[in-house]
Amino acid sequence: MIRVQLETFDVGEELAALTKGQTDIGAAVTFSGLVRDFTGDDGVQKLTLEHYPGMTEKELARIEAEAVDRFGLTASLIIHRFGELAPGDPIVLVIACAAHRGDAFDGARFMMDFLKTNAPFWKKEEGVQGDKWVDAREEDDAARKKWT
Amino acid sequence: MTILYFARLRDEIGTSEEKLSPPKGVKTVGELLKWLREQSPAHGHALGPGASLKVAVNQEYKGLEAPFGADDEIAIFPPVTGG
Repeated sequence: MIRVQLETFDVGEELAALTKGQTDIGAAVTFSGLVRDFTGDDGVQKLTLEHYPGMTEKELARIEAEAVDRFGLTASLIIHRFGELAPGDPIVLVIACAAHRGDAFDGARFMMDFLKTNAPFWKKEEGVQGDKWVDAREEDDAARKKWT
Repeated sequence: MTILYFARLRDEIGTSEEKLSPPKGVKTVGELLKWLREQSPAHGHALGPGASLKVAVNQEYKGLEAPFGADDEIAIFPPVTGG
């Protein structure tokens, strides 16, 4: 299940809703990504997340499907927000459920590593010193490549 | 054909969407990028050979060799930074 949305989410509620009634889940791994305070000063700060509507859903669905297939996940969820966020706000939620923890941990990590390099979102930091598009990180490419 | 630009690329080129008709000889993504560079100095700078660009055709990532059709939606954007 994939959601791309403006609204915030509650990690506990989402996990409870996802696993409700399922008795084949032995392990549920939950990852949440948050907006970090990036300037360290007291200026008004916000993070704007732009995205490519249509393609974001397609890519996230594709990534999730690959994880389900590869790790035998019994339930999964990706929620990714867009719009204006503040430091401390949740950005992304990934939940991977499986019979055993190896697949659950791997499934969650796989989905995050591919989301970071493939899902068409772009972050712009806005602070007192002006606006700046965040650069992609080599570490993210390296993390994705480890999965081949 | 519709071309969409996102993020920093949109800021540099000055528009988020263009409807263009490239000449018949322009058949692949790579050829399209070359042709687009010639459209204005802003295009040339933003889409220059050194730029890190991703291209999607009808919302699927494609390489420079990929063909495209007159009714396709092409999106050009910088490396993504979600998550």
